[in-house]
Amino acid sequence: MKTVELTNVSRWYGNVVAINNVTMTLGSGVTGLLGPNGAGKTTLLHMMSGFLAPSQGELLIGGEPAWRNPGIYRHLGLVSEREAVHGFLTAWEFVLASAKLHKLPQPEQAARRAIELVEMTDAQSRRIETFSKGMRQRTRVAAALVHDPEILLLDEPFNGMDPRQRLHMMELLHQMGSSGRTVLFSSHILEEVEEVSGTVQVIVAGRLAASGDYRTIRRLMTHRPHVFAIRSTDDRRLAVALMHEESVNGLDLDQGGLTVRAGDYGAFTRALPKIALREGLRVRQLIPSDESLESVFAYLITA
Amino acid sequence: MNLTIAGITARGLFGRRRFLLLFPLPVLLLVLTLAAKGAGVAPDHWAPSVIDGMGFAVMVPVIALIVGTGVLGSEIDDGTVVHILAKPLPRHQIIVAKLVVAAGITAVTSAVPMFIVGVLVDSVRFGVALAVACLVAALGYSGVFLAMSLLTRRPVLVGLLYVLIWEALLGNVLTGTRVLSIHQYALTVTHAIAPNDLIKAHVGLPAAIAMTGVFLVGGALLAIDRLRSFSVAGETS
Repeated sequence: MKTVELTNVSRWYGNVVAINNVTMTLGSGVTGLLGPNGAGKTTLLHMMSGFLAPSQGELLIGGEPAWRNPGIYRHLGLVSEREAVHGFLTAWEFVLASAKLHKLPQPEQAARRAIELVEMTDAQSRRIETFSKGMRQRTRVAAALVHDPEILLLDEPFNGMDPRQRLHMMELLHQMGSSGRTVLFSSHILEEVEEVSGTVQVIVAGRLAASGDYRTIRRLMTHRPHVFAIRSTDDRRLAVALMHEESVNGLDLDQGGLTVRAGDYGAFTRALPKIALREGLRVRQLIPSDESLESVFAYLITA
Repeated sequence: MNLTIAGITARGLFGRRRFLLLFPLPVLLLVLTLAAKGAGVAPDHWAPSVIDGMGFAVMVPVIALIVGTGVLGSEIDDGTVVHILAKPLPRHQIIVAKLVVAAGITAVTSAVPMFIVGVLVDSVRFGVALAVACLVAALGYSGVFLAMSLLTRRPVLVGLLYVLIWEALLGNVLTGTRVLSIHQYALTVTHAIAPNDLIKAHVGLPAAIAMTGVFLVGGALLAIDRLRSFSVAGETS
């Protein structure tokens, strides 16, 4: 397994600090790189892909420095944000050229496999300049996958794809992650990240704001109450009983049921069944309603 | 040489409209030659102006500038260079392929009309001399202009300054600057192969050959080093 390791990496442009002392290790599986616009995601990906030198710190791809080291591309596939491709080539020529530049032993076979993987076989003989945005993107992904890399970096890979293509790309990333490859993709669309990966690296203003499984990150945010949506056989009685529970900070009762804000996730989830049993109530629904990536992300960028 | 890169580079160059800019000057050179020849004017009245003033001073460097800055500069401008750089290739393979394409296209585009002009003006030998001189100039200019496309964001402007200010202006005023003028090396090579009164050489042949090598190899080495440290423009989104 090849890893991406960043140790105290910073990057600045004159007086502007784009990336500030980021340390992270990416291993096998799919990781989402999240952050608001201008947070430094693209700068980070440029450094990881060897196209930008860190101003400070160490950045290793599979144990080798990324900067001034073309050898890393034997293990690394890159889909950059910029869409530029050689439009005068057909998709087949473009992917085949990539296979040849990687000096693969059977470039035609590798190109065929990569094009099949992104479902571009039918359009492979057309010039890339005639493609839609999504088709171009898939062609670029095929070129990045042609040498079957152990590490794949993608900057906004779902840009321009229609829903079906997007789903297919998500499946592809899932497959790559579960087969032991290290996949990192950036996106500003939270649903995409939530669909593809539980593990996130959140960059805010150039700093690593959070790292890991976003549900775990949420649970570690003890200063923010956890919100649960609850339906039971008698919501009013349950509300009264819950008000005595120490882990409950507040609650709302309306026709849709109970909304509980709990200060301690563990204490509340242990206490709720006991209270329901004691009151003779049946809990029909218990949903942690702010454990979505969107909530976690919103909490992080406003922290 | 990496044939895949050379092939993509050549196709990219021929596929751009910029390529059409290569033809007006050779056509103009031939038209002027045919017109002067047709009018029956003696070659020593017009040939130096057409061959040196138009061919070597303008046509060859302009073609070299268009091609030399286009083989890599255009890919840097539109971002397609990333696809080539994100491959496990030693950077010298990329530069050598680009250099061969640039020098080859420049040499062919300029040597063919100059050969015809040489034959019409004097003899086949003079035509061959002009063609060889175009090849030498193409090598020197390509090394310089390829390096410029990695050293500056405005390679065409810097290249024009070199051709117009250094070679054309200072080369006529300060004779010492001719030692660093590819234009002068081309004249020297022409004179060495077909000595006549139409072309005058101001630099010795060994110096001209050695300096062409310095421009070519120096430009290539500089370009290789800069390509190793190629950074993508710093968007911070």
